[in-house]
Amino acid sequence: MQMTFTDADEAFRDELRDFIERECDPGSRERMEKGLGIGKEDYVDWHRKLATKGWSCPHWPVEHGGCDWTPVRHYIFEAETGEACCPPPVPFGPEMVAPVVWTFGTREQQRQHLPPILAGDLWWAQGYSEPNSGSDLASLRTAARLDGDHYVVNGTKTWTTMAHFADWIFLLVRTSSEGKKQEGITFLLVDMTSPGITIHPIITMEGGHEVNQVVFDDVRVPAANRIGEENRGWTYAKFLLGYERFNMAGIPQAKRQMKRLRHIAGDQGIDSDPGFRARMADAEIQIMALESTMLRLLSSVAAGKDPGNEASYIKIRGTEIDQLMTELAMEAAGPYVLPYAPRALEEGWNEEPLGPDYAAPVAPDYFNTRKVTIYGGSNEIQKNIIAKHVLGL
Amino acid sequence: MLNLELNEGQLLLRESVERFVEREYSFERHRASVAEDEGFSRTLWKEFAELGWLGVGLDSEFGGARDVALLMEGLGRGLVVEPFLPSIVMAAKAIAIAGGGDEGSEIIARAATGDHLLSFAFTEPRSRYRIDHVTTRATRSGGSWALNGRKSLVFNGDAADSLVVTARTSGSTREQGGLSLFLVDGEGDGVSRRAYPTNDSRRAADIDFHDAPGRLLGVAGEAHTVIAEVVDRAAAAVCAESLGLMSRLNDLTVDYSKTREQFGQPIGRFQVLQHRMVDMFVALEESRSMTTVYMGDVDATDAVERQRAVSAMKVQCDKAGRLVGQEAVQLHGGIAMTQDYEAGHHFKRLSVIHRLFGDIDWHLDRFASL
Ligand SMILES: Cc1cc2nc3c(=O)[nH]c(=O)nc-3n(C[C@H](O)[C@H](O)[C@H](O)COP(=O)(O)OP(=O)(O)OC[C@H]3O[C@@H](n4cnc5c(N)ncnc54)[C@H](O)[C@@H]3O)c2cc1C
Ligand SMILES: Cc1cc2nc3c(=O)[nH]c(=O)nc-3n(C[C@H](O)[C@H](O)[C@H](O)COP(=O)(O)OP(=O)(O)OC[C@H]3O[C@@H](n4cnc5c(N)ncnc54)[C@H](O)[C@@H]3O)c2cc1C
Repeated sequence: MQMTFTDADEAFRDELRDFIERECDPGSRERMEKGLGIGKEDYVDWHRKLATKGWSCPHWPVEHGGCDWTPVRHYIFEAETGEACCPPPVPFGPEMVAPVVWTFGTREQQRQHLPPILAGDLWWAQGYSEPNSGSDLASLRTAARLDGDHYVVNGTKTWTTMAHFADWIFLLVRTSSEGKKQEGITFLLVDMTSPGITIHPIITMEGGHEVNQVVFDDVRVPAANRIGEENRGWTYAKFLLGYERFNMAGIPQAKRQMKRLRHIAGDQGIDSDPGFRARMADAEIQIMALESTMLRLLSSVAAGKDPGNEASYIKIRGTEIDQLMTELAMEAAGPYVLPYAPRALEEGWNEEPLGPDYAAPVAPDYFNTRKVTIYGGSNEIQKNIIAKHVLGL
Repeated sequence: MLNLELNEGQLLLRESVERFVEREYSFERHRASVAEDEGFSRTLWKEFAELGWLGVGLDSEFGGARDVALLMEGLGRGLVVEPFLPSIVMAAKAIAIAGGGDEGSEIIARAATGDHLLSFAFTEPRSRYRIDHVTTRATRSGGSWALNGRKSLVFNGDAADSLVVTARTSGSTREQGGLSLFLVDGEGDGVSRRAYPTNDSRRAADIDFHDAPGRLLGVAGEAHTVIAEVVDRAAAAVCAESLGLMSRLNDLTVDYSKTREQFGQPIGRFQVLQHRMVDMFVALEESRSMTTVYMGDVDATDAVERQRAVSAMKVQCDKAGRLVGQEAVQLHGGIAMTQDYEAGHHFKRLSVIHRLFGDIDWHLDRFASL
């Protein structure tokens, strides 16, 4: 691969590696490496460590605490932290709501919300989807009525990831039912400790608790927590979705999965099976193709050009590859995926494993990863968008 | 002339399982069975016996693979977790094929009344899909046999009253000669079981044998062909089960797509989803054709004929099942990701079936080498 690193880049890489070795919790790294999944503490702990170095949200604008890095340096950062199995960035605060706050928020909102996100002190959740508004997000019905200097919010949000950890939630609410449905939506920031919020866990098919239904019953939200203008929320939401989709390439994760897959295949004695070898090679080439897209994107951004259409399909390919990797792991582990051992996925579990020690997360991972082509705008919706806006159909 | 039609008895059998699943085995009933201590309902198991199902595959009227398939398809559709596969299709059949003498016949009879539960212990921690990878050993002392070793992934192995166990009486780990079958008391001396739930809401056990007494079934050292036939029968049975699982998923998906509205219309109006539901339909129908035509070959006396049929069916049904399972979840959207909705459970059972009795690669390889 033609990528040139300056001496300064090399020095940065060394510094980063050293920092990871010293500061990143070995327990979190081990869980990441084994595909066991990590908890809030793992995310927060690493985020706070990075914050001490000023690296917790490197892609933020410098004036808000981001790093003045070249694209190459961002690449090094992502590759190294991925390779070393560090916890990935916390999505909802740093990657989703923060860009909205610095782009559309008031100075006061920026002062209130950005520093705690940067420091890793507050956890955010994304309150977009509703039971009857999934792909057709703009049809959402959770209502906010202005009462003096407060909005009164009523309605139900669903699929809210990690709402049970959240200190704050960003919400899309309906403030008008006139005109186009997109034109009556407002973007609110809501303190999860506000009276009237109830969280109902939703257990996913593999047995995990990561999503919730969040019910709002006469919840009073200061009007000062509105982003931008009333009824302009759709614009801000779409802006954010762009960020969300962009972040779904998941190259470091795919590479970790590849490594684990080789290990499983080796142990099961199928790494020399011609058919399986070919499928592993094919998966690796797919990862290379996606990474090439990311590099192409980086290069054009570095050259000051607008990112081209390649960004539009990153979510599609990233999620397809993610699912492929979990499927290949199922094949490789074979019948030993059978035992359901949720406790083996918990921290501190040290009983004798059922079967090979890599087996426990394989099936739950495969099941759970079906979600990635559904959320963040399903892949069907992504293709509709590309067909319309890129191909002009 | 080829006759693929069901006879009268078979029509009644199919009707009885369809009616049972429709009327008595709702998704809630499935969950209630799963929640029982043994992971299935003994009461329902007795009911199966009364319906005559526990003799299917064994008795003279419904002794064929097509009869087993009729029942398995119905059970698959209902996500029935009661242990017909391990107890009847595998263990009882193994005793019947190997020849267990009077005691064997009596055990089969008690299995058929639902009083005695059996399981078939043939997988080991390193055997993967090889039935000849057997390290468990049986040694004779005086007139009796003692077993030593570990079996893993024994379906309902915790609840089984007796186990049919593959063990080596001679030869080395991956030799076909030297394999034997033993009947072992599930609660007997020297048997310790570590039970666990499986990813498809069923139960299995890893079982250690320490000088566990066993009764030889059939001829010592010559059980390979019996084991091979039993595992082929099990593979064929889960192909039929997949049909039931797929048909339920297809129905759920089509129905849901007619009622779920987004963008002011039922999502079933979106052509991109319509085409995928057509693909799901084709996958199921092609699998149904394959099993209808080839299921009978499972009873063939010629092992190669049987193996060709089983491998072809397993490859077809596993590929179809993967497509149908994944697409059913995708087309439902978030709802299918939840534990409270049925489709995810059918998807999980299909995914487990794909890891049993040889996966696609394994069967392609065998098919190519026949
Ligand atoms: C695990 C998980 C975590 C999630 N986390 C969050 C979160 O934190 N916050 C949040 O707000 N939301 C979250 N979501 C919700 C997610 O964004 C929605 O599930 C998604 O938008 C799809 O909506 P839906 O589930 O209602 O499916 P539906 O919109 O009902 O879609 C059903 C099917 O129809 C297809 N479809 C719909 N419209 C079209 C069309 N026009 N053309 C072709 N096909 C179409 C879809 O692609 C899908 O296959 C999460 C979902 C899951 C499963
Ligand atoms: C070798 C050959 C032999 C033929 N023989 C005969 C014959 O004997 N008698 C006869 O009457 N015709 C015959 N046809 C014509 C054939 O029926 C037409 O080509 C066919 O109906 C498609 O029409 P079209 O070529 O105008 O393509 P179009 O209808 O313009 O279609 C172009 C593309 O759009 C797709 N498309 C069109 N409508 C839809 C839709 N609603 N949803 C999704 N996709 C759509 C098509 O699948 C195709 O990919 C023959 C064609 C060929 C190539």
